[in-house]
Amino acid sequence: MSDIPPGGKPIPIEVIEESLYEVRRKIYPRSVTGLFARWRLILVFATQLLFYGLPWVSWNGRQAVLFDLIQRKFYIFGVVLWPQDVIYLTLLLILSALALFLFTAIAGRLFCGYACPQTVYTEIFMWIERKVEGDRFARIRLDGEEWPWGFRKWRLKITKHFLWLLIAFWTGFTFIGYFTPITTLGSALIHLSLGPWQTFWLCFYAFATWGNAGFMREQVCKYMCPYARFQSVMVDKDTFLVTYDKVRGEPRGSRSKSADHESLGLGDCVDCSICVQVCPTGIDIRDGLQYMCIGCGACIDACDQVMEKVDYPKGLIRYTTERAIEDRESNQSAIRHILRPRVLIYTAFITVLTAAFLVSLVTRNPLRVDVMRDRGALAREVEGVRIENIYRIQIMNASENNMNVQVKALGLDGLKVLNSQGQVVTEIEVAPASNLLMPIKVSADTGVNQPGNYPIHFDVIAHEMSGNEMITRTRDEKSTFIIPR
Amino acid sequence: MSDFFNGGWSDYIALVSLVGIVWCIWLLASQRKAKVVHTADGAVADTGHVWDGDLRELNNPLPRWWAWMYLIFCVFALVYLVLFPGLGSFPGVLGYTTDGSLMKSMTTANEELKPVYAKYVTMDIEQVAADPKAREMGQRLFLNSCAQCHGSDAGGAKGFPNLTDGDWLYGGSPENIKTTLINGRAGVMPPFPQLDSKQIVDVANYVRSLSGLPADDLKAARGSEVYKSNCAACHGPEGKGNIALGAPNLTDKVWLYGGSEATIVETVTKGRMAMMPSQDKVLSPEKIHLLTAYVWGLSNNKQPATVK
Repeated sequence: MSDIPPGGKPIPIEVIEESLYEVRRKIYPRSVTGLFARWRLILVFATQLLFYGLPWVSWNGRQAVLFDLIQRKFYIFGVVLWPQDVIYLTLLLILSALALFLFTAIAGRLFCGYACPQTVYTEIFMWIERKVEGDRFARIRLDGEEWPWGFRKWRLKITKHFLWLLIAFWTGFTFIGYFTPITTLGSALIHLSLGPWQTFWLCFYAFATWGNAGFMREQVCKYMCPYARFQSVMVDKDTFLVTYDKVRGEPRGSRSKSADHESLGLGDCVDCSICVQVCPTGIDIRDGLQYMCIGCGACIDACDQVMEKVDYPKGLIRYTTERAIEDRESNQSAIRHILRPRVLIYTAFITVLTAAFLVSLVTRNPLRVDVMRDRGALAREVEGVRIENIYRIQIMNASENNMNVQVKALGLDGLKVLNSQGQVVTEIEVAPASNLLMPIKVSADTGVNQPGNYPIHFDVIAHEMSGNEMITRTRDEKSTFIIPR
Repeated sequence: MSDFFNGGWSDYIALVSLVGIVWCIWLLASQRKAKVVHTADGAVADTGHVWDGDLRELNNPLPRWWAWMYLIFCVFALVYLVLFPGLGSFPGVLGYTTDGSLMKSMTTANEELKPVYAKYVTMDIEQVAADPKAREMGQRLFLNSCAQCHGSDAGGAKGFPNLTDGDWLYGGSPENIKTTLINGRAGVMPPFPQLDSKQIVDVANYVRSLSGLPADDLKAARGSEVYKSNCAACHGPEGKGNIALGAPNLTDKVWLYGGSEATIVETVTKGRMAMMPSQDKVLSPEKIHLLTAYVWGLSNNKQPATVK
């Protein structure tokens, strides 16, 4: 132990052995109003309108957004994605990660504070809790000694859980509505004819919502969430964070409103502890930045209201940067540091990837072709007439229109594409959103080419009728043609 | 789990597993408490660990439910080891095996498919072959189980018969095809070491002449004598073949191994061994029924091998 402990901590006095495991203290966050609370409310509404509303939107006579796992097709408005399109999911995940890095570098844990489902559902559940049981002190009293389990307590608790479970089940129902058409799901639910898996997932997501937003709350952020741990390392000296201005606030202490606190040797913090009371993770922001802070800004709103009451300038707790606190800069000059290399690099990455994503989505070719040469035999000789190689061709039509497909084999003189009856393949019809597998023969006249392996390629041309216009799609697949000795 | 080469290993592995779980529980119990430094006002400062002179470990205790979860998983492990195989060669009281699980899911899948096949099992082969849905299923079965040798278009290859040309070694009636599928076939053309090379060239020319291929008349005339005494027993006096033996018809244009003089010489000199494996243990009777119809349909009522 060093003689001068850092951070001005008092000198330790004794070493005591105590339990390594902490019993959870239930947190009763006080309700808060203000700028950031309003922003959170807006985001809660925006994200949940999207989540609860999207499955009910229809498009071209089907559900607009449907992830059909059984048919292995993802419908997203006008786009039908096949398993082969998994690259888009990869891109989307990379983009999400980069966006998280960017937001975190600029203003800390914005995602956690305003958009994370854990925060959003906790916010919804706490709102219900407040409406049923009252605000912080009423809830503390209700759970405390003075309210033994009686009729009123039972009534309040049952009401609260009933409303919670209602929302939880609706959430679970909406969630599985992304995977099975929600209208049929609704009628199945009414007739109690849900399948065993649907029932399981419905209950699973309902239970998870109820458990996480009703009971686990800040425990998820503190002990389970990986984002919480690694977002903390993505902030630097120029990141805007929820910060208590120590220089202005300390030494803290209560005082009468009329007193001149500077002559008393006090800072601006009146030690009212409101910032601790409103904190959803139950920390004291005045201890500085800590990993439990989800950056929700509730303490900012609360502290500003107190500062207004005691007639001090606002912003004792505010979004600001470490550099601004150290150098006593204004936020205006701190904003100038936003455009720093890490932010520019993230932005550049995001811009390039988004462009690539959109371009490749717009120019996506719904015609896909696979050619597999039969492995069993090298080639077949039809005595003295021609050499045949056998292939299986798989033509996938990922569009929502019919396709008329022509197949040509090129790369060697006089190649003909025949069906297994030996007739020349002219035009193949492939139904919308389906695939067709057919064995084909490719034949070359005997004696024209030397024996050996020849790289050939299949030119596949599809005509797709989209409304009144004809779209031509092409694919080129490589393969090998063998002429035996 | 009988991979242990003696019983001792099984016991050893079981012991290691159990000791591991017990050790986990002991670790949890023994580490329940930690020494922490309290400050004058009673708050917990840190664990007293200091590195590099100024780096301290603060006291961030785990939540208690985490410890309970740890214990629950230890219990879960013990319950699992009782129910499922895991303790050496102890099979577990549920008698679960991966093999059994596979068999069960296969049985379930076959049960689920029964109604799909039921419709066709009672039909004649000719009727099934005329049903487009059955042909589609037949083609998929064919591509999975037969195309490796006969080709995706059923056109065969050297040594593997073409199934689309209406020429059959063992007969082309639905019953014959089904017998071929169920029991398999072993085609044997014996080698003829008793013939000298001149006689073999003669007989090869004779055989070529039978199907109207260009041949040396003089050699063919000599070869006809060789044929009568050596080949007619199986291929018949006129070379029409014999479906009871699977002896090929030598008068048509179909050659299993090729019809050039050199190839025929090789066939007679060294003999040929052909093998159609039995599908009895591989495919269910319903599937064999559908396949028979598909294969029969390839050369009868001119069904295309591709299903549009």
